[in-house]
Amino acid sequence: MSEGAAAPPRAVVLGHARFAEGLVGAARAIAGDAAAFACVSNDGLDAAGIERAVGEWLARGVAVIFTDLPAGSTTMAARRAQRAHPGTVVVTGANLPLLLDFAFADGEPAQAARTAAERARAAVLVTGGPA
Amino acid sequence: MPLDLHRIDDRLIHGQVVVGWGQPLELRVIVLVDDEVAASEWEQDLYRMGVPPDMSVVFCTVDEAVARHAEFGRDARHALLLTGDIDTMARLCERLPAIRRVNVGGIHHKPGRHQRLRYVFLTPDEERALRAIAARGVEVTAQDLPAARPVPIDELLGGAAAS
Repeated sequence: MSEGAAAPPRAVVLGHARFAEGLVGAARAIAGDAAAFACVSNDGLDAAGIERAVGEWLARGVAVIFTDLPAGSTTMAARRAQRAHPGTVVVTGANLPLLLDFAFADGEPAQAARTAAERARAAVLVTGGPA
Repeated sequence: MPLDLHRIDDRLIHGQVVVGWGQPLELRVIVLVDDEVAASEWEQDLYRMGVPPDMSVVFCTVDEAVARHAEFGRDARHALLLTGDIDTMARLCERLPAIRRVNVGGIHHKPGRHQRLRYVFLTPDEERALRAIAARGVEVTAQDLPAARPVPIDELLGGAAAS
């Protein structure tokens, strides 16, 4: 587990390899301290180890987990941790618009995560290419 | 169409399995052999959520996998059999001479294990269990992804492998 920011994190970003570190770094470059996320990587961990790592943040009161791959070990671990901490929200397919929207949202984190997910979905656009 | 791969992976169904192997092998079925998962609807739902719509998961105990192995081999769809630990695969190999190759895909760090590859950590008992599988004439190699070099068991346990 690694600290994500000086301010207490409002959410955990859980990803493969250095995904969380990179994504949170990008969010922080744009949003500054508002991007208060903890980063957890699955690197070198078995399923129980990933669950433990993210569960430590949930035990500290964080109620939102952003994961990268819906089919990945990260999301599996997040779902298991969610079972142990009812009320936790898991959002898969995290991207930069998602984190930025969440970072600047006021109010209850679970609702902010749901709203950010809707907006992040709309931020995936395709332009150009053959007609 | 025989089962394409018999894999040991302590993360069970995850990105490397579904995407890394799933796409190039055109996998349509994952046979997940785990007595605990086979007894838990909640765990099964979790793993089903982790696969795309065109891929199905069959959950089996060891006994069920032994009984149905030939049936899986006759299925026209590409399939992968997955266990979460060496012991389960060893029990299958003991009862299924048809298993000729075993892929060590991911066994991660725990106390008592020491590192053999970036993605393989083993206790002395686990090393012995892998050697026992190989002693049955089964080809045991470590390989996390299709593009990676398969590391033969002697190299894996001899400590010569580095990646």
